[in-house]
Amino acid sequence: MLRFSDAFAPSAVRVTSRAALAVSALVFVGSSAMAAAGSAHDSVLTILIRWAPLLLSGFLFNLLISVLSMAVGTLAGIPLGMMQLSSLRPLARLGYYLTQFFRNAPWLVLLFICVMLLPFEFRVAGLRIPFPDWVKAVVGFSLPAMANVSEILRGAVLSVPTGQWESAESLGFNRRQTMFQIILPQCIKRMLPPWMNLYSLITMSTVTASVVGVSEMLTMTAQVHAAEGSRPELLAPLYSFAMLCFFVYAYPIGKWTEYLERKYQVKD
Amino acid sequence: MTQPDRGFVSLRDVHKTFGAHKVINGISLDVAKGETICIIGPSGSGKSTLIRCINALVPVDRGSIHLDGIEVNTPKLDKLALRRRVGIVFQQYNLFPHKTALENIMMAPITVLKQDRAEVEARARALLKKVRLAGKEGAYPGELSGGQQQRVAIARSLAMRPDVMLFDEVTAALDPETKKDVLTTIQDLARDGMTCLVVTHEMGFAREVSNRVYFTEGGLIVEHAPPAEFFSNPQDPRTREFLSQVL
Repeated sequence: MLRFSDAFAPSAVRVTSRAALAVSALVFVGSSAMAAAGSAHDSVLTILIRWAPLLLSGFLFNLLISVLSMAVGTLAGIPLGMMQLSSLRPLARLGYYLTQFFRNAPWLVLLFICVMLLPFEFRVAGLRIPFPDWVKAVVGFSLPAMANVSEILRGAVLSVPTGQWESAESLGFNRRQTMFQIILPQCIKRMLPPWMNLYSLITMSTVTASVVGVSEMLTMTAQVHAAEGSRPELLAPLYSFAMLCFFVYAYPIGKWTEYLERKYQVKD
Repeated sequence: MTQPDRGFVSLRDVHKTFGAHKVINGISLDVAKGETICIIGPSGSGKSTLIRCINALVPVDRGSIHLDGIEVNTPKLDKLALRRRVGIVFQQYNLFPHKTALENIMMAPITVLKQDRAEVEARARALLKKVRLAGKEGAYPGELSGGQQQRVAIARSLAMRPDVMLFDEVTAALDPETKKDVLTTIQDLARDGMTCLVVTHEMGFAREVSNRVYFTEGGLIVEHAPPAEFFSNPQDPRTREFLSQVL
C-alpha cells in the first residue's frame, strides 16, 4: 500500500519548518537590532555569544530533565496502564484512580510537592545518596508523564477492534496471550504520536523547574540578564534566544509526530 | 423432517437475551458429523449470536449445547478443549494485522497448543496452498484483498484441526468476484467431510452445498428442510416471503 502522505509529508515538513524558522529568526534579529540601537554597551550579539555556552548548558539540562522524566514516566506508566486494564477489578480501580489523580493535578503543584517534600539525600546502610533538586524535578515531571502514558496505553488498547479479541479467544488464546501477542504489538504504532506529543509538552514545562531553583535555561537566562546589568532592552533578545532553542528542538518533533499520525492513521 | 437421534452438534431449547432484547428464543437443532447446514434469515434474527453460542463466545441464558459430548452451557466448561475442536470465521476476517499470512496461521498452534514450530509451519504452508494462496506466505493482511484475507482466516482456523467449522456471514463484506473464491473454499471443506455451520445470505451456496437449510426469524427456527425441498416448496408463509425477497 502506497500512502499519499508517505510521498508528500517530508517535503511539506521541510518547507514549513524553513518558513517558521525564518519567522522566529526575524523576531530574534529584530529585537537584537532594537536593543543595539543607540547604546554604548556591548552589542546584543556580543553578549549572546559571550553567554551562549552557559545558556546552552542550561538548555541541555532542560533536555536531560525532559528525557529522564519521559523515560521514568514511560517505565512507570506502562505498568499503570496495564493495571487499569486488568481483569481484577480492585487492581483496575486502583490503576484508574492513580492515573486520574496525577492526570488532574497541575504539573507545577506536583513539582513543588516533590521538591519541598523529598529529602535532599537518602541514607542506605550508612551510604549517603544525594538527591539534588534537579533529580526531584525529574520525579515531579515523571508523575504526570506516568499518568498520561497510562492513559495513552489504555486508549490504544481500547482502540484495537473487538474482533481481534474475539478471534484470538476463538483460537484458544487466553487473556494474557491475547494481550501480549496480539493487542499490545498493535498498540505501539497507535501510542507513538500521542507519546511524542506528551514528550513535547514535558520538554516545554521543564522551564518551570526554574521556580524551584534548578539551573536550567530559564534560570540561566535570568542570571545572565542580571549579570549584564538587568538592562530592559536585553530582555527580548535573551528570552527570544531561549524560545528559539526550544523551538528548534521541539518543532521537528512536532512535525515528525504529525507525519507518524498520518502514516499510522487507524483505518476503521 | 427426520433428524438423527443425537447430533454431532446439538442444541436444545437455547435462549439468549441481551438486556430486554430476546435474541434467541428457544432454538433446537442437530447437525450430524460431516454435514453442512446453512442458516438463513433476515438481519437481526439471531443467526450470528446463535453461531457464537456454539463456541462459547456468547454465553447462553438457558438450554443446552452439545458438541460431540462436550456440554457448552456449563460453568465447568473447559473452553480451550472446546475451542480446539471448533473453528470460527467472521464477517470482518479479523486477521492479526501485524503478522504475515503464514504467521497468522501458525500463531495459535504454537502459542495455544505448544506444537513444534517446524511441523506447524509445514502445515501452515500446506493450508495456504489448500485455500489457493500459495505464494502469499509473507504478505501482511493489509496487502491482501478481502477474499484473500478471508481465505487466510479460514486456513488460520483449520490450523487448529477443528472438527466443526462455523462461518458467520463470511462473504457479506466481499465483492462478488472475491466471494466466489471463499465460497469454493468452504465447498471444498464440506466435500472433504468437515462439519460446517454456515450463516449466509448466499442462497445459491445454500442450495448447492448444504445438506439442510434452516430459516430463522425472531430468534426462532421457522422452518428447516433439505435444500431442494426448502427452496422449491417452502411451507411457512414467513419463509416464502423471505425467499421471494432474496431470490
